[in-house]
Amino acid sequence: MPEDRILLGHGSGGRLYRDLVRDVFLAHFANPVLSRLDDAAALTAAGRIAFTTDAHVVQPLAFAGGDIGRLAVAGTVNDLATAAARPLGLAAAFVIEEGFEIARLHEVCASMAATAAEAPVEIVTGDTKVVQRGAADGLFITTTGVGEIVAAHDVSAAAATAGDVLLLSGTLGDHALAVLAARGDFAMTLDVRSDCAPLWHLVEAALAAGGPAVHFMRDPTRGGLATVLAELAEEAALGIEVDETALPVSPAVRSACDLLGYDPLSLANEGKMVFAVAPGAAEAVLEALRGRPEGARAARIGTLVAEHPGRVALRTGYGTRRVVDMPVGELLPRIC
Amino acid sequence: MEVCGTHTMAISRYGLRDLLPAGMRLVSGPGCPVCVTAVGDLDVVVALARLPEVTIVTFGDLVRVPSSHSSLAAERAAGADVRVVYAPTDALELAAAEPERQFVLAGIGFETTAPTVAGALLMARERGLGNFSVLSLHKTMPGALRALLDAGESRIDGFILPGHVSVVTGSDCYRFLPGEYGVGGVVAGFTAADVLEALLLLARQQEPAIEIGYRRAVTAAGNRVAQELLARVFAPCDAVWRGLGLIPGSGLRLSEEFRDFAAEERFTVEPGEPVEPRGCRCGEVLRGLIDPPECALFGRRCTPEMPVGACMVSSEGACAAHFRYRAFDDPAGADD
Repeated sequence: MPEDRILLGHGSGGRLYRDLVRDVFLAHFANPVLSRLDDAAALTAAGRIAFTTDAHVVQPLAFAGGDIGRLAVAGTVNDLATAAARPLGLAAAFVIEEGFEIARLHEVCASMAATAAEAPVEIVTGDTKVVQRGAADGLFITTTGVGEIVAAHDVSAAAATAGDVLLLSGTLGDHALAVLAARGDFAMTLDVRSDCAPLWHLVEAALAAGGPAVHFMRDPTRGGLATVLAELAEEAALGIEVDETALPVSPAVRSACDLLGYDPLSLANEGKMVFAVAPGAAEAVLEALRGRPEGARAARIGTLVAEHPGRVALRTGYGTRRVVDMPVGELLPRIC
Repeated sequence: MEVCGTHTMAISRYGLRDLLPAGMRLVSGPGCPVCVTAVGDLDVVVALARLPEVTIVTFGDLVRVPSSHSSLAAERAAGADVRVVYAPTDALELAAAEPERQFVLAGIGFETTAPTVAGALLMARERGLGNFSVLSLHKTMPGALRALLDAGESRIDGFILPGHVSVVTGSDCYRFLPGEYGVGGVVAGFTAADVLEALLLLARQQEPAIEIGYRRAVTAAGNRVAQELLARVFAPCDAVWRGLGLIPGSGLRLSEEFRDFAAEERFTVEPGEPVEPRGCRCGEVLRGLIDPPECALFGRRCTPEMPVGACMVSSEGACAAHFRYRAFDDPAGADD
């Protein structure tokens, strides 16, 4: 392809478009289904299907530990995983701003391909549109995923029961701070990398160890752990008790939070999973999580209780208790 | 009484009120720079935002504070150019990048922040930035402490003195507290241990005195360089504090040498009469007369998601801290 930047013509469905698909998307994502370049991908699944979609609009497009491509693949794989679904295929729709460098598009697609190989999943269909300069912040990617549900039991907030143990697969806030650091708003270096990662293997390990004792799974993305816990408490009509000292937080994230006035429970993650597990199986599931690299810092963080349904209580290191709410609005650092 | 927004947050976040012995009560004072900004001053900022050639540059959560009839967030949604920065020097970069627009920095904050704005003004002078100006709404603490004690409304037995303000001012400036009012104070750091130590030191004082708990950062004389910067770039003036009214000499305006950077001289706006929101008791909260839950709007019509008054908007505000980190048995936490 002679052009080094995306032109409006690349989105118009004609010769330029076919060249882009061949030279960029097929070059990175090639697999038997995609290579047919049919308008729809034909897949086979044995039983129940999980289906999810996510739009990705991160700024900046790249940051320590990942980029928009990795986010786009991991995010959708992880949503499928929360339904105990093995990823079968992803669709990727790109909205690209006119003038975007093709070399950068190659980087994003290489990242998507690498993340897809880790998951593992294939990108089996896609679409591209080009919009005028200024309309798309560079690049927006929407991924839609189809997965095959492997659990015979219902995995959802409705299945969560009083007494269930809450497990968190690793450290909080890495992604949020990596993105903030990449934005360059703070004149300080943050030794943080995004945790962005596909988690099907982790979930598979948890299900293998716990089976029907794994009642609920959700990934704490935007809105952080606080949002997942608040949602779980409300949807399950149960209370939650969290032990603040048990929450895994890296020293770099903790320092940044102290400096900026952020709460680690409110920060976004892109490679973590929360599990509610029947107490008898909690140890086994925790061991299984710790056996995976993505789950090395997995910890028991709390329990579901019958008291104060719908509310989440945090026990601080000082023995006091306070309420945890969903964070409100944008995260703004403190002034004074 | 504590008079620093970060102390307000720390006390609530660690649930320290639950740990205190009977007979000791913590009361929040006017420590949040956003909260003490008078409605009339905010109306001026909003009016400036409406000028088509002006970009308002501000710190943190001033954006969401309701003014008499609007807010910076509402103005931004209606097309005004409002940008949040983390450091005043960021505002200089914005101004340098867009010479055809006028950049007005809404200067809020106490003695911690004012020196950084002073530094930015020196740089602006050096770089000859003609499109940068500051609306100085900075305030200084000692005058506010005097006003609180002169009003004689709430019985304050001792102050937890601000940590970062005192890094700049030094602790000697508070000697009038025991000297003229018979009230002691301890300059405290921000960890739970720091705050508890300050309370312990206060409780142990045989006679009212000023002590420094935060020895790792604060000295008696303070930071001379910052003080000289302040003296060169700013001059004391009268200031209106939300809830406290006019306190003579408690504000900072630009000095004669820097008057050409004063936004109030460069632009003329007519904001109209300030209107306090109905039912809002921010003033009494700021004076330590009531605790946030005693306000009828607290947790009902006034929440972090839909704030009525400044004390709920700012993350350092007493109402926001109380709400976000409310003790588990706090009746305000119960579902309506």
